[in-house]
Amino acid sequence: MAHYKMLDGNTACVEAMKMSRVKVISAYPITPQSTIAEKLSDLVAKEELDASYIRVESEHSAMSCAIGAQLTGVRTATATASVGLALMHEVLNVASGLRVPIVMPVVNRSLASPWSLWCDHQDSMAERDSGWIQLYCENVQDVYDTMLMSYRIAEHPDVLTPVMVCLDGFFLSHSMQKLVVAEQVEVDEFVGEYTVNNLKLDPADPIVINNLTGSNEITEMKYQQAVGFEKAKKVMQDVFAEFGRKFGRQKSLVEGYRTEDAEAVIISLGSMSGTIKHVVNELREKGYKVGIVKIVSFRPFPAAELKEVIGTIKKVAVIDRTTGFGGQGAPLWMETRAALNQNVLVKNYIAGLAGRDIHTGTIEKVFFDILASEEESEKPIWIDCDTENAMKIREVYKYV
Amino acid sequence: MFNLNTESKGYVSHGVSACAGCGMELIIRNVLEVLGEDTTIVIPPGCSALFCGYGIESGIKISGLQGNLENSAAYASGISRGYEAQGNFHTKVIAFAGDGGTLDIGLQSLSGMMERGENVLYICYDNEAYMNTGIQGSSASPYGARTTTTPGGKKQQKKDLLGIAMAHNIPYCASASIVNIPDLRKKVKKAREVVGPSLLHIQCPCPTGWGYDTSKSIEVCRNAVQSGAWVLYEYEDGKLTISTKIKELKPLKDYLILQKRFDGMNDEEIETLEAYVREQYHQLMDIAHS
Amino acid sequence: MLRMQVQQEKHTKKLQKCNVLGPCSISFTAAYTGSWRLERPVVDFSTCIKCGTCQRYCPADLITIDKEKVECVYIDLDYCKGCGICANECPKKCIDMVEERSVN
Repeated sequence: MAHYKMLDGNTACVEAMKMSRVKVISAYPITPQSTIAEKLSDLVAKEELDASYIRVESEHSAMSCAIGAQLTGVRTATATASVGLALMHEVLNVASGLRVPIVMPVVNRSLASPWSLWCDHQDSMAERDSGWIQLYCENVQDVYDTMLMSYRIAEHPDVLTPVMVCLDGFFLSHSMQKLVVAEQVEVDEFVGEYTVNNLKLDPADPIVINNLTGSNEITEMKYQQAVGFEKAKKVMQDVFAEFGRKFGRQKSLVEGYRTEDAEAVIISLGSMSGTIKHVVNELREKGYKVGIVKIVSFRPFPAAELKEVIGTIKKVAVIDRTTGFGGQGAPLWMETRAALNQNVLVKNYIAGLAGRDIHTGTIEKVFFDILASEEESEKPIWIDCDTENAMKIREVYKYV
Repeated sequence: MFNLNTESKGYVSHGVSACAGCGMELIIRNVLEVLGEDTTIVIPPGCSALFCGYGIESGIKISGLQGNLENSAAYASGISRGYEAQGNFHTKVIAFAGDGGTLDIGLQSLSGMMERGENVLYICYDNEAYMNTGIQGSSASPYGARTTTTPGGKKQQKKDLLGIAMAHNIPYCASASIVNIPDLRKKVKKAREVVGPSLLHIQCPCPTGWGYDTSKSIEVCRNAVQSGAWVLYEYEDGKLTISTKIKELKPLKDYLILQKRFDGMNDEEIETLEAYVREQYHQLMDIAHS
Repeated sequence: MLRMQVQQEKHTKKLQKCNVLGPCSISFTAAYTGSWRLERPVVDFSTCIKCGTCQRYCPADLITIDKEKVECVYIDLDYCKGCGICANECPKKCIDMVEERSVN
């Protein structure tokens, strides 16, 4: 029998890791992830989790240790945020290139500079080409569920691709919510034992892994990864369906809410989705035909599924919680624009940077703007930015 | 499983692309022969990466991972913990890294590994520069050495790797040289038996980078030891022992004159280096006898 | 071949061919490094005292001493790069480095 718990997002990650019986842990503390590293250490010390805890000295080493350990044939645990993820960057590519199916929570937090402790998606967006699957969570139940499913997705022989489970910093990581936690036997049955046998370090069956490879072969090896991503979509749908049958909560790659007769929708990632659903309900009461389309899997990007959900909707607003400097738009907009037909209006809104709340007022502004729009803007709209005074917020005395 | 397309006396292929006269080639053959096949090796990019081979071909036939330049110690830590989590406490996990990947960019992960007491044998083959990328200077390059990034001679003294290891209070660390193979092998054997971190700092003569005839690799090392430029000692459970007692240190000039990398050093610079070398040597002697 | 048998015996599982994804080297090979050399070592067996110094210091581990044979020192010329360490270290100076071009 499943039971209820009050947990924050970080603890939900730890609960899922514990129940998935991770064997080697290497995590370095960074706000707002630190409690994941702490709670894992606590569980090991209390012997509630039978695992080896490596108190690593940096995130770069955290990922390196995880790769080393997982290559020997065990499930590992690591987690990070913000600049910690940025520091791991070099080794993220090693994990994906060596097909090591690590599952890692990323507690989304802004990148420096400027220094911020608070939520946006700059960190995970900076890793969108790292060859990792990226799944974004809406609430704490979603965090727990997604973590469990991610082990199945990552470790599937058709996929063998590491997974980033993204949860918004503070909004989810530190938000206490009620969730249903599965029984250990149910998790054992669903997640199963770690049995990956691709590239493996085994002195009794030795090979050398990750050596210098020539231009005559690397294209094909990268194609192998592309195939993994392609198959991941189907595997994810299967795993979502199985989880739905067993635990009663069904996910999809793309989740539409009140989109059937919508004139305009917002495309969202992460915890903002909850607030947007609330605003959708309120505006619907007032007669506005609006809806929301939440992207669950950013990598692989579910273009076909998105197109299907959008259907005949003509106006699409994309809220990016990151900047996308120098591009024609920010990352989520770029993917959406490329996926949808030319006759759909797709407008880019940048909001919620560095912990700025994407509150109901901001969301209403976006809806009203997109409903009134007849053509796309040349550049992203910084919808919650004081653009008028932006250049003047620091006035100093200087010697000249 | 390896496809064995060649026969070898030990675990390293006889036809590998190390330079003629390469010290590292002699070092790794002896290291792996002593350690045996129940070993997993982590090798960073650099000269030693040639043993991991190219494409489908490998120059070694034990389990191994080619890591990044700065995290050999971290990969090794993870591998060691992964084995132990599965009840394997017998496979020796080693790192085989150069001076750059150990003392410069690799220092952080090495320090973490030693501080945590990981069960890893870390071997630094020290050719005193970034040789594989074209002889650029590292913190292990000696004072006065010409490298492609210290063309006028290095201005700083060599960084003390064993001093750093001893400051971490690890169970065992030692320096070794290919001039004394039995001593080197004995130290590898000792390190293998350590449960916890151990470190071997082995001088690796490089004819290409140091500028001497390929036949002189052993001779250069002999002069290094006899002049005090490379001191052979062990640090075991807090106690320092000098491995090779030198009655009277040879003039450093005898060592320097063999290598083109020290050409252009004036008398004052040679004196500075010799004074430093002798000071280090006597400090070690003092600690050993206290 | 012996090594592979030892590894095989350790496994109770059957040896099966399969594809792995990603980079690995699985073919233990030797390059014909003997083609590199400009000089080759030639041993004067009559002066050789079979001390084993050359064997100890050869970086490529190509030297085998057989105390029973007249030709007591065997050097594998398939891989010898001609570095000359054996000649330089021999205490009896009984190894000559001879120009490769002068040998048929």
